Amino acid sequence: RMRRERFWFCLEEERKVKANDREYNEKFQYASNCIMTSKYNMLTFLPVNLFEQFQEVANTYFLFLLILQLIPQISSLSWFTTIVPLALVLSITAVKDATDDYFRHRSDNQVNNHQSQVLIRGSLQKERWMNVRVGDIIKLENNQSVVADLLLLSSSEPHGLCYIETAELDGETNVKVRQSVSVPAELGDPNNLATFNGEVVCEPPNNKLDRFCGTLYWRDKKYPLTNQNMLLRGCVLRNTEACYGLVIFAGPDTKLMQNSGRTKFKRTSIDRLMNTLVLWIFGFLVCMGVILAVGNAVWEKEVGSLFQSYLPWDPPVDNFLFSAFLSFWSYVIILNTVVPISLYVSVEVIRLGHSYFINWDRQMFCSQCNTAAEARTTTLNEELGQVEYVFSDKTGTLTQNIMSFNKCSINGQAYGKGTSREKNTLDFTPFNPLANPDFCFYDEKLLESVKVGDWHSHEYFRLLSLCHTVMSEEKSEGELVYKAQSPDEGALVKAARNFGFVFRSRTPGTITTTELGRTVTYSLLAILDFNNIRKRMSVIVRNPAGRIRLYCKGADTVLLERLHPCNQELMTITSDHLNEYAADGLRTLALAYRDVSEEEWEVWSESHRSADKAVDCREDRLAAAYDKIEQDMMLLGATAIEDKLQEGVSETIALLSLANIKVWVLTGDKQETAVNIGYSCKMLTDDMMEVFTISGRTVQSVRQELGEGQEGDGVAGDDQLQGSPCPLPPTYLMDNISGEFGLIINGHSLAHALEADMEVEFVSTACACKAVICCRVTPLQKAQVVELIKKHKKAVTLAIGDGANDVSMIKSAHIGVGISGQEGIQAVLASDYSFAQFRFLQRLLLVHGRWSYLRMCRFLCYFFYKNFAFTMVHFWFGFFCGFSAQTVYDQFFITLYNIVYTSLPVLAMGIFDQDVPDHRSLECPKLYEPGQLNLLFNKKEFFICIAQGIYTSVVLFFMPYAVLSNATQSTGVPLADYQTFAATTATALVIVVSVQIALDTGFWTVINHVFVWGSLGLYFTIMLALHSQTLFRIFPKQFHFVGCAQSTLLQPVVWLTIALATAICIVPVLAFRFLKLDLKPQLSDTVRTHLRKPAESRLGARGGSRSGYAFAHQEGFGELITSGKNMRLSSLGLASFASRHSSSWIETLRRKNTPPKEPCSSFL
Amino acid sequence: MVKEEEDSSNRPDNTAFTQQRLPAWQPILSAGIVIPGFVLIGLAFIGIGVGLFLTSRDIQVLEMDYTGADGSSPCSVCYNLADKNCVCTMSFSIDSLIKGPVFFYYGLTNYFQNQRRYGVSRDDKQLYGDTSNFASPNSECAPYQYISNVPIVPCGSVANSMFNDTFELFKNVNGQSLPVPLDGKGIAWWTDYNVKFQNPNVTPLINAFNGTVRPPFWSKNVYELDTTDASNNGFINQDFLVWMRRAALPDFRKLYRRITDGDYSAGLPAGNYSLKIHYNYPVNGFGGKKKVVFSNVSWMGGKNEFLGIAYLVIGSLCVVMSVVMLIVYAKFKFPEDN
Repeated sequence: RMRRERFWFCLEEERKVKANDREYNEKFQYASNCIMTSKYNMLTFLPVNLFEQFQEVANTYFLFLLILQLIPQISSLSWFTTIVPLALVLSITAVKDATDDYFRHRSDNQVNNHQSQVLIRGSLQKERWMNVRVGDIIKLENNQSVVADLLLLSSSEPHGLCYIETAELDGETNVKVRQSVSVPAELGDPNNLATFNGEVVCEPPNNKLDRFCGTLYWRDKKYPLTNQNMLLRGCVLRNTEACYGLVIFAGPDTKLMQNSGRTKFKRTSIDRLMNTLVLWIFGFLVCMGVILAVGNAVWEKEVGSLFQSYLPWDPPVDNFLFSAFLSFWSYVIILNTVVPISLYVSVEVIRLGHSYFINWDRQMFCSQCNTAAEARTTTLNEELGQVEYVFSDKTGTLTQNIMSFNKCSINGQAYGKGTSREKNTLDFTPFNPLANPDFCFYDEKLLESVKVGDWHSHEYFRLLSLCHTVMSEEKSEGELVYKAQSPDEGALVKAARNFGFVFRSRTPGTITTTELGRTVTYSLLAILDFNNIRKRMSVIVRNPAGRIRLYCKGADTVLLERLHPCNQELMTITSDHLNEYAADGLRTLALAYRDVSEEEWEVWSESHRSADKAVDCREDRLAAAYDKIEQDMMLLGATAIEDKLQEGVSETIALLSLANIKVWVLTGDKQETAVNIGYSCKMLTDDMMEVFTISGRTVQSVRQELGEGQEGDGVAGDDQLQGSPCPLPPTYLMDNISGEFGLIINGHSLAHALEADMEVEFVSTACACKAVICCRVTPLQKAQVVELIKKHKKAVTLAIGDGANDVSMIKSAHIGVGISGQEGIQAVLASDYSFAQFRFLQRLLLVHGRWSYLRMCRFLCYFFYKNFAFTMVHFWFGFFCGFSAQTVYDQFFITLYNIVYTSLPVLAMGIFDQDVPDHRSLECPKLYEPGQLNLLFNKKEFFICIAQGIYTSVVLFFMPYAVLSNATQSTGVPLADYQTFAATTATALVIVVSVQIALDTGFWTVINHVFVWGSLGLYFTIMLALHSQTLFRIFPKQFHFVGCAQSTLLQPVVWLTIALATAICIVPVLAFRFLKLDLKPQLSDTVRTHLRKPAESRLGARGGSRSGYAFAHQEGFGELITSGKNMRLSSLGLASFASRHSSSWIETLRRKNTPPKEPCSSFL
Repeated sequence: MVKEEEDSSNRPDNTAFTQQRLPAWQPILSAGIVIPGFVLIGLAFIGIGVGLFLTSRDIQVLEMDYTGADGSSPCSVCYNLADKNCVCTMSFSIDSLIKGPVFFYYGLTNYFQNQRRYGVSRDDKQLYGDTSNFASPNSECAPYQYISNVPIVPCGSVANSMFNDTFELFKNVNGQSLPVPLDGKGIAWWTDYNVKFQNPNVTPLINAFNGTVRPPFWSKNVYELDTTDASNNGFINQDFLVWMRRAALPDFRKLYRRITDGDYSAGLPAGNYSLKIHYNYPVNGFGGKKKVVFSNVSWMGGKNEFLGIAYLVIGSLCVVMSVVMLIVYAKFKFPEDN
């Protein structure tokens, strides 16, 4: 069914949706709102899963081997030597896949079964999300998530406005406004909506979040539809009681899902390397087979043909070439144990073990949200030890998205002591009954100065209570709820409220506050609205005494130059404070006021009115008018708002960068905000040589800015490059540049930088920088950046995020991490690992990742070693047994070697080994480097293991050969019979590989002891059992080794041989390791031997000056207020305001959502 | 927005196992362990090596080729097996007493008992006395499974190719040839004799073999291998058992008899001996060699110089390595420690 739908979408050129008409809409077979991420159901599981499993080359290979073994002429081993492990592998994998899919089903069900209210036949009915169809009308209530992509039809708020938070979608934190389709205003009540039968014709599903284009046909009229009328899935309704929407796109067609990209099966680099190596080994195996087959041909021709009197050729064989052909396949069967199937099982088991350790880690448990870390994908663990690039979202990942009024400077006096925990929070309640208990401030001096009536302090908070666009709602007396468009404003107004200047309510023309218990109503004469160019906003108010005053808050860079000259001294002090705040990464605003005389106001308001009414260049003329009055202001002070970081973010980033991991921040948020976070989490520091900003809107400007960046780098790196006409130094130079640079790039510039002709340039510049921040990027761009690094740097990438806008990046990175324990779960669902706090990343990478990598590498080295040692003995024996594919060992030994005798000790090492304890790897982040450089398991290491394995096999064959060929028991019976030889070699092998694993194990827990000794014990027990009389009496054919164990193991010569072989195998290894430890010690060896002092994390020095201005605010809300559009008319009774400003505000809002034409200059 | 009551129901268990804090021994290859370890291992190996070497040197071995491939050999007349029941005699002298017990081996070279097809060409159930396999031998015995649809017992290449030369040893004393008693008991594995090979539970034994035929190479039926001793007849004939235990390598020797009885319990005294060989087993087709070996054994078995020398070499290498390591350690490690 899905397939047919897909097919249909390919053809879908436009979408037609008729409201309240399911029959009509069903014709088009639009996707339902059901989301399906699971792969199987009950019926399809077995065939589909088996089909998938046999797509694995390894599984098919083993099936092929099994078939070969069923042919008697070439079957050198019994069929059970392959089928037992193969069945084991297939069933373990199937069980794992089934469990995984079960959890996917469960999470799908969870999402699909959310309740929503759907208007069906005129009444609201509860309906599950998955049953929502295109064309349904849905009611949403405040703080509910949007079910599907909806066309907003009506809202409980005036003018069909509704507010949404899009953080899930694009990471922006401010509340956005949407307006219902302008005409069907009468659709307000559900009864009318039930009969609404408009038809929407619009674009087909796509992934563009900021664009929608369509037309609504209703009652023979056409209404154009834009993105402004759409509520997208993933948004959350805020500050709006209820609204109704028409489902346009559902389920997989929603913009959110279209943006999430396809789920790719992730493989680790070790996986890929392993596959390559396994292919090589197959090649090697074929070579061995060919050599032995040629040997067989020669032998059969030269010796075998003459030996026919005792061993005639089988009738069907009867010539040496055919015999050689059969011998080739026989050898393929017996030599296949170089890559045993148990390799794949063991790797999975080890990864599963590591995943459980992540799930169980108490130090990655967040008690605040009661969420433990979770390894959602169990196949990527060792890749965590190789990460070079971390791509992080900002909002919700680095920050908590909580703004707190942290410090302030009033009239040259700095207040606030930061957020140190020991200080007591100020208690405002005795002083101010309207105070909000959630508010925290840590300096009682400020409260004192308010209490003693310091004029500046009063004026400072008065400004904060008046100059904003916050709406208030007072449900009952004193229970104030502020609806702030940006969290910054909310924090400021809340601060003023706590210090006794309580904003109570507003009308289009008035603001009512309670100042220190006294209710005051100001008349609001004008709001000089905020925009990104002005970077300030002002209000002009008349106080009850009739005095007119302008209050202004804005970026220090713009505000300080508009002050009255008499402020010079204060300005210097305040600037110092501002720099201090900026260096701490606080978001600063400067505050100022100006007294306006009545005459001046008259003149200005006239000019303002005319500018407002202007048809052309209204924007510019308004700005000029604003500019005229915002002059000669008196400085009040500055605010410093902390965009609260998650706990431990800056320490984590510092640690990661010491571990040579590059952290890039990719955020949909504004540039200033992102940069501020960059500073507050110490990614950017003031002692960086330079921070480049790339915000050009055209290809040329971006190229030029990139070029400048590279030149800047060049200055520090290589003097010759300074005068070079080519701004592009070779990439290798870029990689080697010392000195620290930061790069900040804007989304629209990034779009150009990601184009094919510039991406190399971009990558080389960005990678030369210590910190990279990409702001205003779309979800797709986040993924593109990740892909770019994957493509050009061949490095392991990790993406971490919390929202739906991070899903694409999480999916495209090698490792995706979701922040769990919060509202949105999309990121978590798409992620490979999830935990509640960014700071857990350091533990995930430096502890779990590092260990996983180390363990996996050690495991693989040992595993290949032990199997080569095991298998190659057959090869040497081939030269002495007429290349007849005679195995050296008993077939039971061959079956059990990999799954019983040697599996557990190496598994224990692969799961439990630790070279250094966890706290050491956090203290010494350099320990992470071997993983990034891929030092512990690569082709070279592989060949060393193989060589060691082959060496061991030589020793294991030729020592018994040399000793036993002439040896006898003390009873005179020769020891050179086949069974004694087999038992001796097998025992020597088990002992040698056990000693080797004992050497390789660096961390001997009880489990290791049990497994190592237990495996040895098990070997002897099983051997005695298999060679016992009891089993022989039941199955004489299979257990023909009867009596061999007792007979062999009682011979001193056998033990002397085993001891000799063990010494020859192990002594060189021991000597080599000891010398390596002395001559070329690894860092981990050093850490292991010496206790080291904890590495000190570097603190960035303060200095320089930089504006800490950042304000998550959107233009247009000022007009919204003065027009009264966002206020309930019933409560206002001021209908006249409604028509005053035509609909210019919505124009402004709309414009802000599409990039303005003029280039945006940088602030830095 | 910190929740007042912190719900910790999902907090993982605080056990040493889940937190990866299991107490563990973390060995380090420190100089203090490795270098003395090497010296100790080296000295131990040298000690064992010296012991082995001396023991091995005391063992006396007398080996004689009787293939007859070259004309000078007394058995060259039999080499081509022109006539059946060819007998040749080899004379030899022993200078000093070979201390007893002396073991008498026959040896074959270039003989591939370890060939895979050869090794599987037998029927263990048949040899275990299971008469159902008498009628229908295991198919792996082919081509020695049936002769014109009559089943072969014992079937298969291994049994078919049983070594059938026999030897008689005489001591020449004053021109008289006194036979040296040869003991053919206990030359096979205990488990082979008592467990693995069983005659069918039929008396007389011959009845069990009705409707079967002996292997084509054989001149006697299996129930006629030792008609004098029922406990050495049929499948549990010791010579048969010795042959059926196949050798691991193409050059091998198998125990033929022990010289333990009577005057020879102390060993083979010095003197002249003659060995009468009933030459039946053809080796000329594949260029194999046949030999007889007289040897005594020590606690560690027969003569084995390799083992002693290998121990000495490895032991000395360990000692040398420990010196090298000490030098390297002194040169590179001490300054760093300061």
